[in-house]
Amino acid sequence: MATTENLGLLVIVPAWNEQESLPSVLEEISNQVPDADVLVVNDGSTDNTGRVVRESGRAMLLDLPLNLGVGGAMRAGYRFALRHGYRRTIQVDADGQHDPADIPRVIGLLDHGVNVALGARFAGEGDYEARGPRRWAMSLLSVVISRVAKVRLTDTTSGFRACDRRAISLFAADYPAEYLGDTIESLVIASRAGLRIGQVPVQMRPRSAGTPSQGPVKSAIFLVRASLALLIALTRPIAVPATAGAL
Amino acid sequence: MSGYVFAVTAAIALLVFLVVLLRSRRLREKYAITWLVVGAAIAVLGAFPSIMLWLTAAVGIQTPTNLLFAASLIVLLVVDIQLSVEITGLEEETRTLAEEVALLRLEVERGRQVAEGEPPVTPAPEPEP
Repeated sequence: MATTENLGLLVIVPAWNEQESLPSVLEEISNQVPDADVLVVNDGSTDNTGRVVRESGRAMLLDLPLNLGVGGAMRAGYRFALRHGYRRTIQVDADGQHDPADIPRVIGLLDHGVNVALGARFAGEGDYEARGPRRWAMSLLSVVISRVAKVRLTDTTSGFRACDRRAISLFAADYPAEYLGDTIESLVIASRAGLRIGQVPVQMRPRSAGTPSQGPVKSAIFLVRASLALLIALTRPIAVPATAGAL
Repeated sequence: MSGYVFAVTAAIALLVFLVVLLRSRRLREKYAITWLVVGAAIAVLGAFPSIMLWLTAAVGIQTPTNLLFAASLIVLLVVDIQLSVEITGLEEETRTLAEEVALLRLEVERGRQVAEGEPPVTPAPEPEP
């Protein structure tokens, strides 16, 4: 557990009905980064996610009264980080697909002038393979967002991302609850606000519980929705980073 | 002429109903304004149907009723969109309130733990001044 002086790193874990996988994820996090504070954002779960977190004694619990989606949970987390003066945050998913052992590497990128660091698949590590419409969607997103961000990004839908103080204050003000808003649109928002984005190759693990959304029809819908989200994100008015006092 | 009397009466009844809703604060002015304009327009057209004939010729439509149907569809569509916009605004407000409730609940819980002498899960960092 951290001390009061250590306001360095906050690990934000958005969780929606993740009572099965949370205990082991929390344990791994506290083993890998014992100095960091951990905040689980319970996104209106209908299972015992909240109780599991309380009983673990390893994390603070931000208990949302309703389900806001990953974007909503993360903005709440960023607001907490901003108000309490954390210098850095990293999002780690509660389903166990992000390996806490990679946290130091993703965070480490922030030391090199990057404001938002992504842990990315397809970056030479791991054996993730997507096909058909889903693959096209991923490539389209990757090409377009890489151009906007002026850096090559291979996995734009990755939720494994670290933020520095500038990114925290931007995301505390503007983090879309929209579909794909928490992943791709937030990257567009960050780039257009002048933040630097970088990526580190990581290996994603299979989820320890639950099933990933696949299948050709779902993938095609994903392609359409991703394109729409991208189009809207690119044409939106540019966000201005807020100051801590405003929130 | 009796058909037009019916139209005027219906429009006036609509206007009165809207004013009643407004007075009892069950309807806010920003939503009522469209309906007030529509009601007034129907009343005017009912009283002076020649305006409708003139408008139809001006727009280049053959039958006055078609212009009326087209116009009502457009009005309904616009109102629908306005309501969707309002719902989006409400959802954003709900989201902000939900976040705020969660943040405050965490503060309260930790304050209580400190007051009762239990160590909080993580030492509470002070909010920035």
